[in-house]
Amino acid sequence: MTRASTGFAHENLLRELAPQVLGAVTRRFGDFGAAEDAVQEALLAASLQWPKEGLPDNPRGWLIQVAARRMTDHIRSETARRRRETVAATDASMERSVAPVVGLPSLAAFAWSSGAPSVTETDPDDTLILLFMCCHPALTSSSAIALTLRAIGGLTTAEIARAFLVPESTMAQRISRAKQSIKVSGVPFSMPTREERTDRLAAVLHVLYLIFNEGYTSSFGARLQRAELSSEAIRLARALLKLLPNESEVAGLLALMLLTDARRPARTGPDGELIPLDKQDRTLWDEGAITEGVALISATLSKGMIGPYQLQAAIAAVHDEAKQSEDTDWPQILALYGLLKRMSDNPMVALNHAIAVGMVHGPRAGLDLLKTLDADDRLAGHYRIAAVRAHLLEMAGDHQAAIEHYRVAADRTTSIPERDYLLTQAARLAAGRSG
Amino acid sequence: MKFMLMMNAPKGDGDWGISKWSQEDLKAHISFMKTFTGGLAARGELVGAEGLATPGQAKLVRASKDRRPITDGVFPESKEFLAGYWIVDVDSPERAYQIAAEASAAPGKGGEPLYMPIEVREVMSAPPVEV
Repeated sequence: MTRASTGFAHENLLRELAPQVLGAVTRRFGDFGAAEDAVQEALLAASLQWPKEGLPDNPRGWLIQVAARRMTDHIRSETARRRRETVAATDASMERSVAPVVGLPSLAAFAWSSGAPSVTETDPDDTLILLFMCCHPALTSSSAIALTLRAIGGLTTAEIARAFLVPESTMAQRISRAKQSIKVSGVPFSMPTREERTDRLAAVLHVLYLIFNEGYTSSFGARLQRAELSSEAIRLARALLKLLPNESEVAGLLALMLLTDARRPARTGPDGELIPLDKQDRTLWDEGAITEGVALISATLSKGMIGPYQLQAAIAAVHDEAKQSEDTDWPQILALYGLLKRMSDNPMVALNHAIAVGMVHGPRAGLDLLKTLDADDRLAGHYRIAAVRAHLLEMAGDHQAAIEHYRVAADRTTSIPERDYLLTQAARLAAGRSG
Repeated sequence: MKFMLMMNAPKGDGDWGISKWSQEDLKAHISFMKTFTGGLAARGELVGAEGLATPGQAKLVRASKDRRPITDGVFPESKEFLAGYWIVDVDSPERAYQIAAEASAAPGKGGEPLYMPIEVREVMSAPPVEV
């Protein structure tokens, strides 16, 4: 399926309607996996018919009807198949007494789908329920990401496969297995309970952030498609915030994405090489995204209930508000990392905290802090600790040691742009120059 | 026809030759690789390309009798290691060799061509259509 690749004008509308339609169809028929396939077919049909025949009066109703028709076809053929199987396995005289097959969606759905054309109501909670479902903890994160992009994002399997640089058949299999796991785990199509809600929302936010990061850490050759992943994550976070305007961490995540993504144009050079924050041409930063992100995080922080995404967004905002790298308010960043460290056990947070300490209290203080992190198994052998150490050693003027650690970091990283950047740092110091 | 072009990089004097190059040499090399692979893609010849992490992180794995993995910590000593590969779809082996030669001459220290050995292997395909 190459629905979106034709630059179809109704694409945005379709993508926006996709989860609403899926919610309505799943609610009615119960079978999420089959409903998801039916909705994809309806989206494809729309992308073929609408440009020729014009936009229907009620696009959402149109999609629901088409998807519902697919569902009834699916159920009919499933029922027929099962009946054949049952008949084959039982005495022919029993045939007339075969009961409706248990486990299939209710036949009442037929009546609905062939009934009045005005059945287009959708529940605003549907999109939310679907998100909770696609990001269910029973799924691996790669499955949750793929399923979210298809079921909620309305992307085709081909598009998702391209973005993740895997064959389409691989991605199709991943999605179908994800749907199977949801079926097996017996997750009901309803809101999580009050007790579950916090954890389940955290899982949703985590999946959206992973999608964003996939796009942000672009690798060679895949740059374009992957940047679209970041935009998609931002779009989904926006939609989620509309549904949950009072969840401060949702606002925090959206602000974090906007404030990070704002720097994208300055983050790589002409050969795709990484440009670190302090060397970026800040005039290239997206001012609109910064303004929006800063306003959002400021409004959110003033409400109380501070969480890790909000703190990270606040840190990003401090960076983004500095017109030059020398203007960066490091004491404020240090204070924010201090708060974040208390809230999160993530060793990467501890590393960034050490950098902030180095910037405020001098590189030796940062290096001392790093020593306490050497014992952390999660960081042992990780390139990031070597890279941070190299950076602090360079600040401290110990260039020989800095070169060694840059090289160790280059040797350990699995990202080509990152490796090239670290090697370049080592080479720059080795040449006895700075800048 | 599809070919896999395997780039065997010299280990160099230390663990890894490239880590001792100057900034300019690095830049020239990185820029070459980008242009080279970008060119393959633009001509419709590129099927796939990947760079591999350094051999220091490599493990040799065999199954034990109970089928569980036994890993050897280190990669066997060798002068060269597989640094990455391209898969290209071209009309003839000659075209694949041409592409390999271009990659082989990627600039190294002092801008001198590296003359890296590139192993060219044809990728096996489905049986031919019967006529």
